[in-house]
Amino acid sequence: MTAQLEATDAPAAPTVVRAALTLGRRRRRVALASLAAAAVLVAVLSLTLGTLPVSPMRLPAVLTGHGTPIENLAVLTLRLPRWTTGALVGLALGLAGALFQTTLRNPLASPDILGVSGGASLAAVTAMLVFHAAGAGVPFAALGGGALVAVVIGLLSWRDGFTGQRFVLIGIAVAFLASGGLSYLMTRSDVRAAQQALAWTVGSVNDPSWGETGLLAAALVVLVPLAVWLAVPLRVLALGPDAAHGLGLRPVATTVLAAAVGVALASVATAVAGPVAFVAFVSAPIARRIVGAGGLEPVASALTGIALVTAADFVAARLGGFQAPVGLVTGVVGAPYLLWLLTRKDGGSA
Amino acid sequence: MSRSRTATALVACLVALALLAGLSLALGAQALTPAQLLHAITRPGGGEAQRIVIGLRLPRTVVALVAGAALGLAGAVMQGVTRNPLADPGLLGVNAGASLAVVTAIGVFGVTSAAGYVWFAFGGAAVAAAIVYAVGVLGPGGATPVKLALAGAALTATLTSIVTLVLLAHLDVFQQFRFWQVGSVSGRSLHDVLVVAPFAAAGAVLALVSGRMLDVLALGDDAARGLGLNVPLARALCAVAVVLLAGAATSLAGPIVFVGLVAAHAARTVAAHEHRWLIGLSGLIGAGLLVASDLIGRFIAPPGELEAGVVIALIGAPVMIALVRRRGEVMTA
Repeated sequence: MTAQLEATDAPAAPTVVRAALTLGRRRRRVALASLAAAAVLVAVLSLTLGTLPVSPMRLPAVLTGHGTPIENLAVLTLRLPRWTTGALVGLALGLAGALFQTTLRNPLASPDILGVSGGASLAAVTAMLVFHAAGAGVPFAALGGGALVAVVIGLLSWRDGFTGQRFVLIGIAVAFLASGGLSYLMTRSDVRAAQQALAWTVGSVNDPSWGETGLLAAALVVLVPLAVWLAVPLRVLALGPDAAHGLGLRPVATTVLAAAVGVALASVATAVAGPVAFVAFVSAPIARRIVGAGGLEPVASALTGIALVTAADFVAARLGGFQAPVGLVTGVVGAPYLLWLLTRKDGGSA
Repeated sequence: MSRSRTATALVACLVALALLAGLSLALGAQALTPAQLLHAITRPGGGEAQRIVIGLRLPRTVVALVAGAALGLAGAVMQGVTRNPLADPGLLGVNAGASLAVVTAIGVFGVTSAAGYVWFAFGGAAVAAAIVYAVGVLGPGGATPVKLALAGAALTATLTSIVTLVLLAHLDVFQQFRFWQVGSVSGRSLHDVLVVAPFAAAGAVLALVSGRMLDVLALGDDAARGLGLNVPLARALCAVAVVLLAGAATSLAGPIVFVGLVAAHAARTVAAHEHRWLIGLSGLIGAGLLVASDLIGRFIAPPGELEAGVVIALIGAPVMIALVRRRGEVMTA
């Protein structure tokens, strides 16, 4: 605004505006490149370090199928599935959080706080503790629970139209309901079984199966382009429903679609790994601060999610002795980072 | 008109609360008639009825009243100061701080009773809230609503992760902790209430006093400053009130969610624009909610009991959904 006013006043000003725009674009490019570099660095570290170390130089050969049996075991059998699952889960959760927060215009909106993670956890823990399910039953219960809860929240919040505020509040109510149910199940069952269920509710990629990871990847092939495509209409929607309508957008349809894509992303990730804490919640704010922009940043949020989950799992796998689930590390590491960001200079513009 | 409506609501809440408290004393596995109840309370000297009423039901009723009122007051203050309708006392990190302290109490100090947790829970809650508030103040712009909310959620996530780590590694700690964590008002003594009551009372006074300041704060920081309000001081006072109230409630009843949120929303449907009334009403509704939850929990799953923390989630969620659906626009305050 100020820049435009100056532009009419002084002939030299357009150059200044152009310079500022270029600077913004360059910052975005640098930010995305550094995020991608961080993700790649974590990938290399995750695939090479461990009890069976593999030289980073050998990594291309091993990945293309020219490794020794030991290298194949370490990289392809043990580390690659875990890293892949972590990366896909991080991508899905980072995008889901970005979509939720932009659509519902509330920085607290994320599948952790809305009922989606809670519904998935309750369904999975019920399957484990009440029906003694194991193996594939648990993720499918989680997927069903998360999706069912999201649909119920959506239906309940539909009344003469759809508002993000109502969706968030009803989501919180359902989340509380789920946490009450979880506490109940935990106190009424054998303490060992309850501890296992507790471990699931933290979120872990310790023991991935290619089948589940493949399903997650298949879902992402559909959902990720949809989320990236939604970025433009959502940016228009941020101008307000009236302005968006004037620009030929259907605000309600866009909001519902974006929320649905967010729910789907969060549900598939939760089904595979459990509700990995905090990734969906912090990825978008961190990405926004790194890029230095205000709106939805789908690519940066997804990259942040990938870097966050894989880095956390890298740490979790090497804590020694105790195989910590990745969700614990994302909570312990991700949250203080957000706290630190909040105390910094541009911290007020959350 | 709205003032008289508020007064009516206040009286209705008081009557309902008295009725609920009476029922809570009279009903349970062994139901008492009003005459038996009166006899048990007024005539000391033993007897089965008196043992049940004075020894068991009176403490849990008082705990539910105090904890519920504290949570209701804290919820209303919290939503006012953060200007966020999603704000719940738990959001300042209070529940998570108390949880970590209780886990430490069980794991390191070998504390085994609800009475022993009280000081730990209170300390943990206060420290967590102080950290959240300090982070909010440290950054530029002071403790803005969004920063407080984000900092609270972030600290909650960190502390919860640490708690879970301990619980996954130590089965014996988990065995005890899960029964505290579910949130219950039974098994506490009147002595526990007396220990915590001064803090709750101080918090309640502070909360009611802060009502006027919250009215001004609701106009926005700039307008509030223009009207001569010391914005940082007002926020700090509110935060102290929330810490005292939520810390007291959590140390008595465990990390009970939902009461603060639902009570404040219910109060807002009656008294939306005057925080003093809103806060007072929210406290009464909170107390009623928790007493009712405890009462329902005694009958819902015979032969056992359901903890108040579980019941409040079961009945609170539909109530809140109904409130949200009925009055969508109220929530933007």
